[in-house]
Amino acid sequence: MKREKYTGYFGEYGGRYVPEILIPALDELNAMFIKIAEDNEFYNDYYSLLTNFSGRPTPLTYAKNLTEYFGKGKIYIKREDLNHSGAHKINNVLGQGLVMKRLGKTRAIAETGAGQHGVATAIMAAKMGFKATIYMGEEDVKRQYSNVFWMKQLGAEVIPVETGAATLKDAINEALRDWATNFDTTHYVLGTACGPKPFPEMVTHFQSVIGREIKEQIMTLEGKAPDRIYACLGGGSNAMGAFNEFLEDKNVGLIAVEAGGKGSNTDLHASRIAYGKGRVGVSQGYKTLFLQDDDGQMKDTWSISAGLDYVGVSPIVAHLSDINRVRALAATDNEVIDAFKLVVSKEGIIPALESTHAFAGLFSEIKNTKSEDILIVNMSGRGDKDIFNVGEALEDSDWKKFVIERGEQYAD
Amino acid sequence: MQIEKYIAERKKTKEILIMTHQIIGYPDFETNEKAIDCFYKNGVDMIELQIPFSDPVADGPAFAKSNQAALEKGVKVKQCLDFIEKISGKYPITFLIMTYYNILYQYGVPQFVKKCKEINVKGIIVPDAAIDEAHEYYEGCSNEGISAITIASPYSDKSRIEKLSIAGDGFIYYVPRKGVTGCKTDFNLDVLDKISLVKEYSGKNVAVGFGIQNQDDVKRLVGVADIAIIGSKIQKVIEDEGIEALDNFIKSICSVN
Repeated sequence: MKREKYTGYFGEYGGRYVPEILIPALDELNAMFIKIAEDNEFYNDYYSLLTNFSGRPTPLTYAKNLTEYFGKGKIYIKREDLNHSGAHKINNVLGQGLVMKRLGKTRAIAETGAGQHGVATAIMAAKMGFKATIYMGEEDVKRQYSNVFWMKQLGAEVIPVETGAATLKDAINEALRDWATNFDTTHYVLGTACGPKPFPEMVTHFQSVIGREIKEQIMTLEGKAPDRIYACLGGGSNAMGAFNEFLEDKNVGLIAVEAGGKGSNTDLHASRIAYGKGRVGVSQGYKTLFLQDDDGQMKDTWSISAGLDYVGVSPIVAHLSDINRVRALAATDNEVIDAFKLVVSKEGIIPALESTHAFAGLFSEIKNTKSEDILIVNMSGRGDKDIFNVGEALEDSDWKKFVIERGEQYAD
Repeated sequence: MQIEKYIAERKKTKEILIMTHQIIGYPDFETNEKAIDCFYKNGVDMIELQIPFSDPVADGPAFAKSNQAALEKGVKVKQCLDFIEKISGKYPITFLIMTYYNILYQYGVPQFVKKCKEINVKGIIVPDAAIDEAHEYYEGCSNEGISAITIASPYSDKSRIEKLSIAGDGFIYYVPRKGVTGCKTDFNLDVLDKISLVKEYSGKNVAVGFGIQNQDDVKRLVGVADIAIIGSKIQKVIEDEGIEALDNFIKSICSVN
């Protein structure tokens, strides 16, 4: 498997700012990440799992009705929702599972926000015969209990994290603490392109299958590269997965859409780049743009989608934004709900609220689009699993009535 | 270098030095001050004052919660520095700051180090300022004559300990086990042997922290380590029994000498 040279630094971002106790574990992981580049058997195993277990390649669906509705550009949807587990997270998890095996580790730990990465890790652990412990902010456990249910069914232990804001960043802290205590048996399956070296590049590497497939598929369908690719941006794993293959092709616009929450004039968002609110800092083992106060304390973030509700951002994306290779937008909760209704009703496809940010970003720019432009939305996950959140976000009264009635049945 | 001289001076009359710890602003500044007064009166040699941070990854659940609690009450970095200035002017012993790198980074690393000098802080402990990354910090400390304390673990090999010794100054903070603050450590012969090796490889004084619970633990370290660090247990005593109970506990720790 050919791989670009990697260093762990991206402009002024990246690095490995961890307590000394974690240095040997990161050294060991880094060495294995370098070693597998020459290991054909590793990639045979990896692609076999992606094909036969996860169902790759995922389709690139022509969104005919949306295209006609807007009358501008030609819209395609990369269907990461059709992966096993319903999201792109599994691409990275299967790769790291094989890394774990080669490292001789028997226990997987992971952080999770929306629960997608937790479910994917629990699936991988069940499949490969590992123990799994998933750290999830207490607030997120409440928001996404259905995913907690599945993690437990899959045999994983789910630990609600009460410290800090009790969301994704706190789950990462807790996973780092567990790793510092148990690294001789345990691998930390970090879910996004963040954290200390080598995680940003390793996660990008395992996710870049998305972009490679997009390139092949769009060449077959259209005979040319796309004009723009839109991906939602939380930590950065699906965005880097979609973008990585196209970094050298400067004619392909790469647009990352952050969680604009309640808007730029509030603190209730998770936009580090587009709103210009992130400042360079060091936390969770790496240097990047963080939403923080003047003292350097991390701020609470907000998004309608738990998966984008994160205080930092991939150091790779932060750098690509600095050098104007990736452009960042933010979509507000309201824009996301409107986009969700449009995609569902026009295309018969149910995107996750996270992924809907990418659609909302595209729709916000559609008026400046030439009719021959090829536009791709990386739909990172499916939304039907989020029924409790979507039902709440859409303020659907029939759904609420159903939940209340079911609750009353259980109360009896 | 100041810390090394201080340790050498104190070790003339003591078998092992005692370093204690407080999270500034937890449970409140008044309790911090009472605790520090108690430390001083009982002969504690060095005090580590932690500026709270929102994401303290090297701290276990107990300290993580108290960091959070202090921040929720609105404790600011400036207040912490003002507090340290006041305290270090009052008690003629050695004060160190413990915090995380982002606090220095946002303050301005050289400015923070300079400020430490101004307020009579002799050393800084920053667990996530990895020696391969935070060059600005280690250079700044060296320029200002402030000791950047580096941390070694049982998993640090000889060459790593040598690097940690060169990058840092003052003493080596040795963490005798995996994990985070707040769990008990069994100070068995293996652990003691490793401490001796760290001392040999680094050529520095060695402070041992993480998991010291009582006088017996400190006694076991006599003749092996130069400094015993007591952190979480102090917080636990104050939380469970109140600040009034601290005196007995510290007295018992300090009576080792």
